[in-house]
Amino acid sequence: MTEPAITASGLRKTYQDKVVLDGIDFDVPAGTVFSLLGPNGAGKTTTVNVLTTLTRADGGTVRVAGHDVGREAKAVRAAIGVTGQFAAVDELLTGQENLQLMVDLAGGGNRLVGELLDRFDLTEAARKPASTYSGGMRRKLDLAMTLVGRPRIVFLDEPTTGLDPRSRRTMWAIVRDLVADGVTIFLTTQYLEEADQLADRIAVLDHGHIVAQGTPDELKRRIPGTHVRLRFTTAAELGAAARILPGSTPDEDALTLRVPGDGGTKSLRSLLDRLDEYSVNAEELSVHTPDLDDVFLALTEGAAK
Amino acid sequence: MNSHSIVMLRRNFKHIARNPTSVFNAVLMPIVVMLMFVYMFGDAFNVGVDYVDYATPGLMLLAVCYGLGATATAVNSDMTKGIINRFKVMDVSRGAVLTGHVIASVLTNLVAIAALLGVAFLLGFRPAAGFLGWLGAFGVVVLLGVATGWLTVALGLAAKSPETAGLASVPLVMLPFFSSAIVPAEKMGPGLRQFAEYQPFTPIIETLRGLLAGSPATGDVLAALAWSLGIAVVGYVWASSTFKKRA
Repeated sequence: MTEPAITASGLRKTYQDKVVLDGIDFDVPAGTVFSLLGPNGAGKTTTVNVLTTLTRADGGTVRVAGHDVGREAKAVRAAIGVTGQFAAVDELLTGQENLQLMVDLAGGGNRLVGELLDRFDLTEAARKPASTYSGGMRRKLDLAMTLVGRPRIVFLDEPTTGLDPRSRRTMWAIVRDLVADGVTIFLTTQYLEEADQLADRIAVLDHGHIVAQGTPDELKRRIPGTHVRLRFTTAAELGAAARILPGSTPDEDALTLRVPGDGGTKSLRSLLDRLDEYSVNAEELSVHTPDLDDVFLALTEGAAK
Repeated sequence: MNSHSIVMLRRNFKHIARNPTSVFNAVLMPIVVMLMFVYMFGDAFNVGVDYVDYATPGLMLLAVCYGLGATATAVNSDMTKGIINRFKVMDVSRGAVLTGHVIASVLTNLVAIAALLGVAFLLGFRPAAGFLGWLGAFGVVVLLGVATGWLTVALGLAAKSPETAGLASVPLVMLPFFSSAIVPAEKMGPGLRQFAEYQPFTPIIETLRGLLAGSPATGDVLAALAWSLGIAVVGYVWASSTFKKRA
């Protein structure tokens, strides 16, 4: 068995008296996508900073590409590429000059610049200053710069935050291409859809703890199944509906009623018939199959209380 | 210098060339200030010598300070935009990243001073200094540029945003006005006068003045060297530790 690309065990980090990471454990097998999912302030960026040798951990061990991040930072740096939370491109330089700067520092030959511009669809804008680029183009340039050193492990810290849906999909396609080339990806994100789309394994981080870990399917299985959600205009109607539909759970604040069911037409019809029978009108009806949003809310709400 | 330092320095030069505001502040502002004081107020000040001869050494120091704002902003924007983190992960040394900024800052200073001296000569600046005097003045200016450059790099690294970094360098731009740069300290009111006499820029200006007039005073020269080295060491140590710690 080969050694995992990244292992963290008992990782702890404290800033002054604030505990940011409180004993984190995970393994990332080589060639897979691992997603660290969590709300703002959960400790995602701190984790990335520790894994990429930028910040020293207070406790625990972290090995990246077979090297200890504290003692063998140089060897770790030679194997990784990092795209931080904000596109770290030099705005006064053109796209081409930004890539050339990376080639000058990391090696790789001048041909690589043209290849990367082509691959990321930036050839047309190559001679314009990066300050004129759209958010999506900056992100692409940022990632292209990260790839100059041909890293085997790539860290992406919220790579699509603030991007429009089209640019987000482009980023996803690029990530999939990298995985196809055998690159290991460590991805942080606030978007469950992103983790669901890309990740082989997901860890949910909240307040410095990993509150759940598994494949996207495993996580989805952790919460109750399909249900119908009914929304009412008044609390009286909600109450009436809750009384006539056994097993349902009302949410007084949202004026919604959650009714377990399989979402098939038969059970839906009997539900509607029953409402009709008692002359109760719902404002809106929707059928929900559990997605990672449900998992995420269920898991992080619990920890927040 | 290793190859990384050269790459970094080239990047800093491109920045200066593409950022006209920084060039304006560093090169044109000192000239504007010189024209203002020498033309408008020059006759009103009685300093014992031709006013342009008196003011030019002080304005040389001012020219160094005016360049610092751009350095602080540039360093900070590298820090806050994650560019320094990118370099760190690429194993580019602290020396290469920060020294590039300091050298670019000093060279901007020298360009600004050359332009300022050009205008000064047009206005009738006639220093008595010989070759050694000029060489000494050059040395003082470079030392001052390196010292304040490191301090400014530290300010830029530590500041939360490019705006606060620019603000943090304002005291360095204001300090020359409260020194013997424009008028002799002994002509100032009580309080301000003592401040002007004991602040670091006054002995540095007096050293420049002495060197260019052909008669430097040993006390001033020693004080100027001590202050410059002190500022350089504080700036270097502060910049290095911030670079290492801040991610």
